[in-house]
This record gives sequence, C-alpha cells and structure tokens, in this order.
Amino acid sequence: MLILRCPYCGVDADETELAAGGQAHIKRETVGASDEAFEEYLFMRENPKGVHFERWRHANGCGKWFHAARCTETLEVFGTYSAQTTEPPKEIRDKISEKRPGWSWGEFS
Amino acid sequence: MSTRLHQGGRLIDRSKQVSFKFNGRRLKGYQGDTLASALLGADQMLVGRSFKYHRPRGIVAAGPEEPNALMNLGRDGRFEPNARATTTELFEGLEAASQNHWPSLEMDVGVVNNFASRFMPAGFYYKTFIHPRHAWKYLFEPFIRKAAGLGKAPTDADADIYEHYYSFVDVLVVGGGVAGLQAAKVAGEAGAKVLLLEQTALWGGRAPVDGAEIDGKPAQDWIDETVQALEGMENVTLRLRNMGAGVYDHGYALGYERLTDHLAPSDAPRHRLWRIRARQIITATGAIERPLSFAGNDIPGVILAASLRDYVVNFGVSAGDRTVVVTNNDDAYRTALVLKEAGLDIPAIIDARPDGGGALMEEARVKGIRVETGKAIAKVKGGKRVEGVSICSQAGEGAEQKTFACEAVAMSGGWSPVVHLWSHCGGKLTWDDAHSFFRPDPTRPPLGADGESFVSVVGSANGMMETDTVLADADATAKSVAKTVGGTPKSTAAPKASPEPQASMAPVWKMPQGAGYELRSKMWLDYQNDVKVSDVELAAQEGFESVEHTKRYTTLGMATDQGKLSNINGLAVLADSLNAEIPKVGTTTFRPPYHPISMGAIAGEASRELFQPIDKTPIHAWGEENGAEWEPVGHWRRAYCYKRPGESTEDAVNREVKAVRESLGLLDASTLGKLMVKGPDAGKFLDMMYTNMMSNLKPGKCRYGLMCTENGFLTDDGVVARIDEDTWLCHTTTGGASRIHAHMEEWLQTQWWDWKVYTANLTEQYAQIAVVGPHARDVLQKLGGMDVSKAALGFMEWKEGQIGGFDARVFRISFSGELSYEIAVPASQGRAFWDALHEAGQEFNVTAYGTECLHILRAEKGFIMIGDETDGTVIPQDLGLNWALSKKKDDYLGKRAQERIHMTDPNRWKLVGLESVDGSVIPDGAYAIGDGVNENGQRKTQGRVTSTYYSANLGRGIAMGLVLNGPDRMGEVIRFPKVDGEEVHAKIVDPVFYDKEGEKQNV
Amino acid sequence: MSNAVSPLQGASFDGFARIEEQGLRGMITLRGDLADGGFGKAVAALTGCDVPDTRRCEVKGDYAVAWMSPDELLILCPHSAAEAGVAQLSKVLSGTHYLAANVSDARAVFRVSGEDARQVISKLAPVDMSPEAFGAGDFRRTRLAQTPAAFWMPNDKTIEFICFRSVADYVFALLSRAATPGTQV
Repeated sequence: MLILRCPYCGVDADETELAAGGQAHIKRETVGASDEAFEEYLFMRENPKGVHFERWRHANGCGKWFHAARCTETLEVFGTYSAQTTEPPKEIRDKISEKRPGWSWGEFS
Repeated sequence: MSTRLHQGGRLIDRSKQVSFKFNGRRLKGYQGDTLASALLGADQMLVGRSFKYHRPRGIVAAGPEEPNALMNLGRDGRFEPNARATTTELFEGLEAASQNHWPSLEMDVGVVNNFASRFMPAGFYYKTFIHPRHAWKYLFEPFIRKAAGLGKAPTDADADIYEHYYSFVDVLVVGGGVAGLQAAKVAGEAGAKVLLLEQTALWGGRAPVDGAEIDGKPAQDWIDETVQALEGMENVTLRLRNMGAGVYDHGYALGYERLTDHLAPSDAPRHRLWRIRARQIITATGAIERPLSFAGNDIPGVILAASLRDYVVNFGVSAGDRTVVVTNNDDAYRTALVLKEAGLDIPAIIDARPDGGGALMEEARVKGIRVETGKAIAKVKGGKRVEGVSICSQAGEGAEQKTFACEAVAMSGGWSPVVHLWSHCGGKLTWDDAHSFFRPDPTRPPLGADGESFVSVVGSANGMMETDTVLADADATAKSVAKTVGGTPKSTAAPKASPEPQASMAPVWKMPQGAGYELRSKMWLDYQNDVKVSDVELAAQEGFESVEHTKRYTTLGMATDQGKLSNINGLAVLADSLNAEIPKVGTTTFRPPYHPISMGAIAGEASRELFQPIDKTPIHAWGEENGAEWEPVGHWRRAYCYKRPGESTEDAVNREVKAVRESLGLLDASTLGKLMVKGPDAGKFLDMMYTNMMSNLKPGKCRYGLMCTENGFLTDDGVVARIDEDTWLCHTTTGGASRIHAHMEEWLQTQWWDWKVYTANLTEQYAQIAVVGPHARDVLQKLGGMDVSKAALGFMEWKEGQIGGFDARVFRISFSGELSYEIAVPASQGRAFWDALHEAGQEFNVTAYGTECLHILRAEKGFIMIGDETDGTVIPQDLGLNWALSKKKDDYLGKRAQERIHMTDPNRWKLVGLESVDGSVIPDGAYAIGDGVNENGQRKTQGRVTSTYYSANLGRGIAMGLVLNGPDRMGEVIRFPKVDGEEVHAKIVDPVFYDKEGEKQNV
Repeated sequence: MSNAVSPLQGASFDGFARIEEQGLRGMITLRGDLADGGFGKAVAALTGCDVPDTRRCEVKGDYAVAWMSPDELLILCPHSAAEAGVAQLSKVLSGTHYLAANVSDARAVFRVSGEDARQVISKLAPVDMSPEAFGAGDFRRTRLAQTPAAFWMPNDKTIEFICFRSVADYVFALLSRAATPGTQV
C-alpha cells in the first residue's frame, strides 16, 4: 500500500486513489517503424530490482497522470514528477544518485 | 481436575455469574472470564482433538498463541469456526462447540490415526496418495476430507455488518502493556498524534500478574495512573480490543477492532478494521512463552507456566491440585510461587539447568518447594489428562529415576519476542544467544517511502526480559521516535522498576538431551498440525535442509496459529539435525495478519446492498415499476427486457422485437458514453483516436467511428457528432464511457501534451432515449417543437431545440435499421421525457424495449457489438470494416500494429452471417470444426459463433461468427458441435439478414 | 424546468450525523489556463470568486468555485443559472482555449452534518479528516468506498459531497450505514 505524492494536487495519495500505468519514458513508434522497433515499443519492458521509473494516475483524485521514481526492492520513493516530460528531471536523477550511486536505467543514469 | 479456586481472580466478578453452552452442556462462568478460563473453571480440560492423529488436547496457553482450544462459536448467521477460547470473552448465552472429532469429543473414531502414528510420519500424505492417481479422487480424498479439517464452514450468510475506519497518526503504538503505555505517554507528551492499540480488554499486559513494581508502586497502580494521564491527552487515542494485525508498506497498518464479540449478538458493526497510516510505528507486542519438548507434552493438563499463572491470578482457576513445574529459566519459578501462594501443591520443580536458577529458586526452596536441577521430564503419564510425570537426567537418554503424581504440568522453554509486525514489512531478525531467541535487528528495519526506518520495537518484543529494562527501552525509543515526527519529548527520566535478578536460561530443545526415537516421536512441536520432533528430524534426514521446505513438508507452523509456539522449537530441532547453528538455518517469514481476522472486517462496508456500486439511469425506477429484468453492463443495470404480467422472458423479448419493427419502440440509452472533446487541435486528436477521419466531419453531422488500441485491436465504437468548429461529442459503448475518457486523457497528458484539447465526460449529464420504429417521427411530431422531417433532419445529422417542451439534442442515427432518433435531455428531466414519450406514443403501440431486443435488432442488420464480435484479439479488418479505416491519414492508434505480419495474414477468421439449416439457434460461442486434428490430437476448428439469437421477425435463429476465409465461402454449410454431442449445421451467409437495402431507415 | 428532479428528491437519514440529499444544484465544469488573467476575470464575473488555490474552494453566496485539477474548476451555482452560466463563460472566453459544460445533472449532492460528521467520511474515504488536516475552504477529490467523490466543508460540522448521479442510491446507503446511531468511533 504505497503512498505517492501527486505532483499536481499535492495530495499524499493512498494507493487506493491511484492507478498504476506501467513503465515510464517509452518512446512511441508508429507507421514507418521497423518490426523490431515496433515490437520493442509494444512489448518490451524494464523489470529492474532497484531504481525504476513508472507512470501513475491519480485516478480517484485530480485525474492527472504523473511519473514516479522509486526502488522496486525497498519501495523507497525518490520523487514524483510531471507526466509531460520524456526523461526524468535533473533533481530526481540527482536525488537517486545520492541514494543509489552508480544507478542506471535504460538510457538514463 | 481443573477447578475454580475459592479466592483470587483479579479480572472476574464473582457476583456476576454467566451461563454458556459447551457441546450442548450448560456451564457457568463469571463476568470477566474468557471462554478458556470458564472451561477450566468447569473442569473441562479436554477441549479438542488434534488435526492428524485426533489426540485429545487441552488448553495450553492464555492468549492468541493458543493452538488447541479452537471452537465453533455461535450458530446460523453468526456461526464462526476456529475461534480461540483464550481470546473469546465470555458473555451470557455464548454457545461453543469443540472441533475435529466424530462422533464426540470424548469418543473419537479418528483416534485410530494416533495408534497408527508411527506409520504416518512427515510427508505421509505426499508419499502415500500419489499412486494410483484415481484413488486420490475416489478413495483417499473423500475419506480425508471427512476425517480432517478443523472447524466447519458456516452455511448461512453472515448476519453481522462490518466497517472500516481510516486513521492518520504520527505514531502508532501497538500493544498496551507497560512498554506500550510508556511509549505512548512519551510520544503523547512530546506533542505527537498517537494511537495506542491493545488486543485484549485490559491495559497493562503481564506486569500485574508477574508482580512487578514500578516507581515503588504495584504495577497496577502505575498502569492506572498512566492510562489516566493518556486519557487526558487530546492528541492520544486509546483503543482496547483492537489488535495490530499487520504492518505494510509506507506506514500502513491494520487494526482489528472487535466491537461486539464480547456481547450478545446485536445490530452494531461486529468488527471495525482500522486502516492506519502512521509516520512511525512502535510495536510493544511482548513475548510468547515456548513449550518444552518432552514425551507426552501434549496431554491435557500440560500448560505453559506463565499461562497457568494467568489463569490462577486473573481468573482464580487452577489446572489441578498438584502441578509439576518444568523449566529451563527462572520465570517459571514465579508460577510455582503463585500456585503455592494459592494453596496448591508443587510436588517438584524440574529445572533442566545443572545449577538451577537464581533468587527465585532460592525463594521457592525457602517456601519448601522441592527443586530438581539438571533434570528433565522423561514422560508424562496419562491419556485424556495428566496423571503424573517421571523424571530423568537432562543429560541422559531418559532412564526414569522418579515419578511424581500430579494433575498439571507447567512448562517453560524460555520466551520468544513477538516480532511479527516488525517482520511483516521486511524488518530482519538477529539471534540472541543469551536468551536463545530471535529479536529485531535494529540495523535492518522496515523502510518507509523516504528510505528510513518506520518501525521500532520496544520492551520484551525487543528482547528486554526485566520490567526495568522494558520501561527504559520503551522510554528511550519513544523519545527518539517522537523527535523523528517533529515532537519535543519531555526530559523526564524513565520509570524505575524494582530489580528482578534472574539466572541465565539454558537452551533446551529436547528433554532429555539424548532421548531415543520412542520418546522423540511423542514430543510435540506443533500441537495443531501434529508435528513432532521426530518428524522434523525425518525431514532433515530426507534432505529438506531449508526451513521453508521443512515447514511445507512437515506442515510445521502452517496451522491457524502460524507456529506461534512451534517455530523456534522446530527450527532448533532442524538446526540440531543438520548440525548447524540456528541463525544459519534461518527463520520463516512472518506474514500478516498476526492473528486471524474476519473476512467481514476485510470487506468492511462492502456487503449486501453495498457490495458494489450499482449505476442507475434516471429512468431506472420506471423499469423497476414495469417488470424490467435487469442485466449488469459494467456497473450499470440495464433492462434486458420488460416483462408484462404472465410473460416469460422469451415472450417479452419477442414482443419487443416485433413492436419496434412494426410500430414504435423506446430504449433507455442513457448509459452510452458521451464525451466532449474541444479545442483547436481536437480534430487532429480525434483523427488519432479513431480509425476514421473525424476532422473533416461537418458541424451538424454524425459519423460512426471505430477505436483501436495501439495493439491494433478494436476497443470501442460509437457515433461522433460535430457540435461546432472546435467541439465534438463522442458516443462510446455503455461499458466504455470512463475507460475511453481515461484513454483519451492518457494520450493527451502523456503523449501529445502540447496539443490544445480538453475533454469532459458528460455521460451522466444526459438521459438519452432512442425513439425507434416506423412511427418514431410521428410521435416526435405529436410532441412538437422541432422539425424532424427527412428534409430538416437527415440520416446521420443532429439538431438542438425543444421537443414537447424539453431541451433536447436529437441525433438521427440508427442501431436497428429502423427510422430512429436518439434524443438527449438533461438527466433531471429524463424520467419526465420518457413518460411524455410513453403518453404520446400510446396510439402507436409504444413499447419499451431492453438490451436483448436491441441486440437482436442490430444482429438482424449485421451490426457488430463491441464485446460480442470483438474480444480483444479482433481487428477491424476481421469484421469487414475496412471502409472505416481512413486511407487519407498517416497515422492513428493501431495503424502500425495492423501492418504486423499476423494481422495481415489472409487466413485470419472473418465475419460472416450464419444461418442454421434447421432454423434453430446455434449455441453462443460454439466452434465450427474443420477436417483432421491438430498436433495435440484435437479436432481442428475453423470458426466460432460471436452472436446468436432467435429472430421473431424472421422466425428463425440467426447468428454471426468469425470463420476461416468466411466471406469467400458464401453458401457453404459448416458444422458446430454442441455440448450434448449433437451438431448444428449452418450455412455461411451475408451478415445482413433484414432489409438489406436499408429502406426502412431511409424515410 | 418544473419537471426536473434530483436523483433522490431530497431523501434524508438521521443517524449520529444527518445525511441529506441536497436537491438540484447547478454545476459547470470549466477547463482552461487557471493562471491566465482573462480566465480569472471570466470566473470572477460569473461567480464573484477568485480562482481558488490548489485543492481549495471559494464561496460567495449562491456561487462557489472549486479546484478540480491544474486545468479544471467546478463552478457551483443555482440549478437554473447553469445554462446561462455556460453561455456567459463561452461568450467571454471565446477565442481562447477553454471548455465549459453544464454538468449539473451528472451529479448528486449530499450534506453530512453533526458533531461527528467527520467520522462518517473517515469510515469511507482514505483521507485524513482531522480538523488540522481538513477544514472549511478545503476541497478534496477522492473515493468514497468504491466510487469517486469530492467534498468540502461549508463549516466545521458540515460536509458537502458530490458524486455521480447514477450512484446516488449507493452513496446515500453508504453514508447512512456509516452514520448508524451508536457507531461513533
């Protein structure tokens, strides 16, 4: 039963107010993409033990999507941030580096 | 015999007798008794039979760790199995029955398993019932099911109600003994918002029973003062009969409050589940005494020493006149002294330690109690109750040296801190050699959202074994926890308790040390699941080296008590067998709940009419009044049909189907989703959402649209109306409204956030009524207001205005092939408009119709239905909907996926109509068989039925289905086997069965 | 409209708190750029209220404005004024990117009042209802048992709720059971 702070309304939302939306920062592929690239987009997902980036929606709240950076092992939350970005903001990455030196995830580290 | 003593019993009120029933017999106890103390007071030593061998079992403990005294409580809607007599407070009229015996507790046939016990070792079931396979189903399982099992499952619906309560605190303190009280006081004084939970009906825990003195006063005085101080603090909430059941991620904890279990049945909520969010949690859950493993340690009358002390001090109940005490530590001497004080005999204290105990032993000797040091119990004599014990050297193999006649044995194998809550959320343990127990490892605590510890353990739960250290520990930890949550602890000193000097305990895992097989196979580790020392040893011998494997192989610790008494003893035996150290063998993971909680408490309010929300349209009540047979569609209830008096469901559907085609039907279509999409980029956005082009739709016009997921599969459909230059209204399926709204918002918020588009879900703002049939226009013209003629409102157009005085938006769209208008009015006027249409429609034989009629009408026309023709694997191309896939657009959701190899395979099954040769209705979901078999030897299939109905208009069964190369096989007959072995033969036909030219709606 | 009715037509229940369905209330969903000056003026012109801060609610007489999300407000007004309100907003905001829609009939409105009114909510919503955490002027969207809801407190002893119209029966039953006499926490 996680608590995540919705970056839009500031509520420390109980997990029962939230809907999980899977992995974050997936780049959309579409017409023109190779079969391999499109498959990667549709089906391939990170499944790390440790630092992870996810999408969540404050479904029973302000209704907004947001991003969360957290540790899948300890459930530590490094931060939540806007959905309107293609990569984790610097302050989030710095926070993770402070807590998990040497982390990497996908193209980010 | 166990009996009620003439005096003593600090918790009972001897002036208030309470009568109750046990196995049908009427017995008496006192106000303040537990069911267990009342049973002992009534000389009911035998309280149950063990799970596997059906051995007679008596009460062993006085709290939630009790493994034996499990009862069926109550009756009918208030029947509950597996309730512990030790945690059940007595009330007038309570009814209890013991479990797991047949025909009776005293005379149990299953006891034959006991005499066969040496042929039923660990893993017996696994080994025996594997072969032959069919014997399991027909021979072994029915027999075992009858013979085994603890309580009975209730047969009636639960008559009680339950509720939840959300609580947010700075500090949750679990456990209301002296440690918990002190911790709560410190945190409360520091200004923190505190919630203190105690599972029993009393504050103070063991301290008053153990004779502790705090700040120079008897413990009870200190407890009373502390509780009074806590009650005076506005920021502290105190709850009795509320057990800390579990600790979960991010400071979430459950409190299980039993509101009425101690009262006669009432209408008040029975349990309340506290759903707590705490910034910090302090557990002060105490410790549980361990049994000792000696032969016959399960015979009724063998009781944990401290529990026996509880019965004497708290309830004035003894287990017998003569009690032999057997121990490896000093605490059990307190029991001997208490019993002696109560005027009972202690034939001997058997202390396994060669040098015996400390000050308490001296005191016992001074009181004239015989102490045998370095000794062990060789064997308990007796069957259904203890008759005596023989003793031997602890260091030897069990040669009997002496025998003592007695009625009870008080045993103590040391204590185990209750670390469950610490462990629930990942806290790790460390082995304490001095006390031979696991206690919380403060360097590896449960971590919260900030990556810091959020659980602290204090008192004996933290391994503190004297009142003074318990209080000092609670005080210090609570001060530091209070600071963590921003409080300012007072700088007062911790309360001081009188010294309680004790000699070290000695680990004793078997009695005697060198016991042979004969003795070890009578030493019980797990009373409830009948696991003995010899079973764990056998498991080790057979290679089950991991404690988790041993546990599952032997069932050690897997009963309803979850090994509260047996885990450590079993682990020690395993370690010994493997010649390893205990901490190296590990410990099993404790999972919530600490003690079983009711299913009702978990469900909370969600029972009966509140089981789940039911969505009702503004016209729902009319259906209730007019014979609606409801069907769930999402959370909505939609009328399947409206039955008139005397009609069957089929009659009603057939009547509705004909009435709509012949004159006039009304459908409550309010459940259809209505999503407003507005903004300069709305057209561009809808072109991505739908497979068709929506940006070029003209204001005032409607267009049927398809929606796919990014995987290419159909997910929804509906009519889109363009309202004005930058506004569209998208209709979705009934089940799709909030899903598609969320789908749109997801893409807008997470992919195209720079597009200027707003959406709003207006589904419930409007009641929407489909007015359908040859007289549809007539009834609207009769109501008057808007010109709905063919010229003024053509097919696939919409208009706003007044109809019969109602503000209405009228869409000329059709899902039936008839002349049809869908009319939206504000929901508050929905019922009035529906009534107005009915009144005006009388002369046209107006007929309300339900969803089954809707389905038949659309199937007659070959229109697809999301959820029937689609199942999440179907693409528009499968359904012959290529016309709805825009060729002009570069992209839309699903477009790229539909180019994948599997999607373009010419052998995908495609939509066709199916006409049974004999006119019958083909079973829904039936598969068409092909020639030959597949690699698994199953008959090949070549299609399946997706929709199938009896059409009253056509007088025959009609169906749609997906068939291999279907559209190229018109006229071919294919075969559908039925479950009864018969086959239906069906001809592949065009899916439009009725009015192929569409003349009926073109008027 | 004389034949317009609210979902439960004013049903009420007296438990340890009083539960009342509030009858018809006008409601407008207004989406746009909350920080924009013109947007704020349009809101103020209709309601007399400023654009509320995050999770807050502004009240002026018959009108109130609640913060629903970073780009959405809920305007409360008399039921008969909602259509005209939408028209007025549409006129003033025309040319800007906004959405205004009458949602009065999509909702049911409830009032819970009494000394322990907060406890009724605490039994159903995962929200800290202590006075220091939630009070007059605050506005919260959450779930009530299994259905979405939003609420605010006109005063310290009263909570007003909105939920979807279709679940009015469910919500009324929920609130009534939670307020059963004698079940205060």
